[in-house]
Amino acid sequence: MSLYYLQKVLFQLNRDPGVRQRFDSDFAALLDEYELTEEEREALRKPDVGLLYVLGVNGQLLMHYAALCGMPWADYIEAMREGVCRHGPVRAGLYALPDPAP
Amino acid sequence: MPLVFAGVCSHAPGIVGRAHMADPADRASCHAAFDDMRVEIEATKPDALIVIAAEHFANFFMNNMPAFAMAMTDHYEGPIEDEVWLGIRRHRIPGHADLALRLITRVLDEVDVAYAEEWKLDHGIMVPLHFLTPRYDLPIIAVNINCQGPPLTPLHRAHAFGRVLRRACDEVPERIALIGTGGISHWPATPISGRINEAFDREFLERWSANRRDELLAYRDEDTYRNAGQGGFEIRTFIAVSGATEGLAADVLYYRAIPTFSVGCTIGIVRGLEGYDAVPQAGGRRQG
Repeated sequence: MSLYYLQKVLFQLNRDPGVRQRFDSDFAALLDEYELTEEEREALRKPDVGLLYVLGVNGQLLMHYAALCGMPWADYIEAMREGVCRHGPVRAGLYALPDPAP
Repeated sequence: MPLVFAGVCSHAPGIVGRAHMADPADRASCHAAFDDMRVEIEATKPDALIVIAAEHFANFFMNNMPAFAMAMTDHYEGPIEDEVWLGIRRHRIPGHADLALRLITRVLDEVDVAYAEEWKLDHGIMVPLHFLTPRYDLPIIAVNINCQGPPLTPLHRAHAFGRVLRRACDEVPERIALIGTGGISHWPATPISGRINEAFDREFLERWSANRRDELLAYRDEDTYRNAGQGGFEIRTFIAVSGATEGLAADVLYYRAIPTFSVGCTIGIVRGLEGYDAVPQAGGRRQG
């Protein structure tokens, strides 16, 4: 689990057109520059937005990644819900705090 | 000279980006409330607008996260978000490096604020500007309080920052308007995006509009997260405005819970500022 670096990839993708370009043309080499687990690399490659959410990525980074991957808003929300069903509760980060009240 | 304007507003991206999906009455009333705020700001003829926002990883990340940061630049680029997604075209937005330098120098006497000569704007500032300075012709000084990456800036420090920022504004000759932007309760970009705790929001706005410092600083982050979501951490920006306008009450011109916009949309304006000339006040209360 290296949530810091996982989020750093997304942070740099969101704000740096040069990184975005390498994301398209040179994906594996780009990810080599970050300390990521195989699970995290796979989640980025698929992309598996639901798993990224469960791994603890902040929505303020993740929603832009989903948009970059061409996911409409409703699909993005659904992907997170499905992610929790498939992979269990959020494991780290902000959303690993106790569940919000209903 | 004394601050000419102070207020707060929401900044949720859906307010513009998902406007077409909203109930027409919600959209119209929310956008009209922003327009009322624009009219009041313009009437005070400010030389610059300070926007205290909670940014969302546009500039700052957990590699080097400042508790407070101010922009010291003559121009910004924004939004960083996809233009279609946000519904706002990318613009070059004027800043005011010289004024920022003087303000930051004064603030540093009391608060360790970071400064940045390069700054990109995300929806936290772009959504308010879209309504409040639609021609992007008013110089902006962007301010960030860390509401995103824990450990977060403590509430009492946000208040103290507002106080010294106010003193800094009072000591320069420029006419300065100040706004804080953020949500109250909301769960943005999560599976429960769209949830709004209206009772929490109204209680908070009561404390904010009466500028009751002790009650504002009594919120604990664990409770805020439980009752108002991680978006509720953005109350720091409103509390900084309270610190900047100590002793003054505010009008909540507009509050309406609009799930499509994922937030209780809020417009509040502080009354009784010494620098605020007697200008006709727009609209009155627009309760949702």
